[in-house]
Amino acid sequence: MSPRAACRLEALGFTEVYDYVTGKADWLARAWPTDSDEPRPRRAADLLRHDVATADLHERIADVLPRVHASPYGFALVTSRGGVLLGRLRRATLDGEPAATAEQVMEPGPSTIRPDTEPAALARRMRERKLTTAVVTDPDGVLLGIVTLADLDQREP
Amino acid sequence: MTSSVDAHRLRELLAAGAQLVEVLPEAEFHEEHIPGAINIPLKQLDASTAQLLDPARAVVVYCWDGL
Repeated sequence: MSPRAACRLEALGFTEVYDYVTGKADWLARAWPTDSDEPRPRRAADLLRHDVATADLHERIADVLPRVHASPYGFALVTSRGGVLLGRLRRATLDGEPAATAEQVMEPGPSTIRPDTEPAALARRMRERKLTTAVVTDPDGVLLGIVTLADLDQREP
Repeated sequence: MTSSVDAHRLRELLAAGAQLVEVLPEAEFHEEHIPGAINIPLKQLDASTAQLLDPARAVVVYCWDGL
């Protein structure tokens, strides 16, 4: 629809026309603010937790482990310097690997969801897959946080 | 020729004073829209409604996902 609108504006004499092709779907998937004249639909972004432990790709496990042990979630997420999600470090696999780097022992490419996911549907999917947490990234792969099934159940009975 | 822009370039254009137009139907615009956008539904986009825009400034259009 927007390519046709852009073409129409050019035909009407506008000389500097841009098309944000990925549109509102992309904007919402980044959890960027919106304006609304009506109650906004609930989204996973409303339940986002930002207290997940993170690690740099080249960080030693000995340095990461205390953060993982202190984390209520039992894992850390490995990110690039730009915040892009690269892998997951599970507590159970880290003991006995103090000299390894996060890159060497991480599980690469963890599954993610977008922040505009509908909470009830997300809770169903997590239950089906026996998951207690879901990792949330934006369309560029940047880590935004996590959502827990407990929070979904509490807020979306 | 229209240029496609991503979300980051869109923000730069808006910061530089570009006008933002959502071309989805009115109900969808009222439900939720990008801050600063005005609504000119595609079906109503003509010489008359285009007068809401300043032709001397950049215009960025968007819908749901380009389709």
